[in-house]
Amino acid sequence: MSTAFYIAAAVALVSTFLVVTRLNAVHALLYLIVSLLSVALIFFLHGAQFAAALQVIVYAGAIMVLFVFVIMMLNLGPAAVGEERQWVRPHAWIGPSILVCILGAELVWVLSRGGSKASAVAEVTPKEMGIALFGPYLMGVEMASMLLLAGLVGALHLGRRRRGRREPQ
Amino acid sequence: MGQIPTEHGLILAGLLFILGLVGLLARRNVIFMLLSVEIMLNAAGLAFVTAGARWNQPDGQVMFIFVLTMAAAEVSVGLALVLLLYQKFKTLDADAASRLRD
Repeated sequence: MSTAFYIAAAVALVSTFLVVTRLNAVHALLYLIVSLLSVALIFFLHGAQFAAALQVIVYAGAIMVLFVFVIMMLNLGPAAVGEERQWVRPHAWIGPSILVCILGAELVWVLSRGGSKASAVAEVTPKEMGIALFGPYLMGVEMASMLLLAGLVGALHLGRRRRGRREPQ
Repeated sequence: MGQIPTEHGLILAGLLFILGLVGLLARRNVIFMLLSVEIMLNAAGLAFVTAGARWNQPDGQVMFIFVLTMAAAEVSVGLALVLLLYQKFKTLDADAASRLRD
């Protein structure tokens, strides 16, 4: 259990350091996804299964897809072809692949030991979390919904194309 | 085969937060600055979950869900701003938009 934690922590630190130091945005995104997945494994080892699932689905899934969309939108044009040719070289994906293989081996090891049932840590079930979320934290949930609405309206307003109105130069 | 020490989880969260902070301060590309903010938010969530696991309470994960919500809202507005910056200045340099009145 502790060994898995330290390996995942090392993977998280290495991949996060590589996120900060990469020059290419897509390479940094690949390493950031690895970092988020390793943090998800740490959540799992801490007995926070629901948080681990949310980390994989929302962080490594949805938010990173937003980043990929924006980076792809920004790289339109003939210069993107040359960059693309450079990106598909093995050195772009060999690093993230190795780190993900370490995480995958850890996952197989944890599952082969009997899964979460046999783990020494006491887990917090999603049921307890839901009771807490909609009990004492109900006001926080309402505020989070207002925050998401504000984010939606803000992104819509900023992303709207202003036709018929001249851009101030 | 024992419990993971809480201190080590918190140290990891602190190191990840520092890495994100260094990235935010050192980079000039707006996309990398947003990625660094994501790293810092994730480190904060890791600290919350670690503390929640230490006391075996669901509050840590509840706070993690709130951090996740805030990160999603922040990233949507931030990336819309990045697109706007690129349309206006044709660059991702954060220093290009250093003057509010332009």
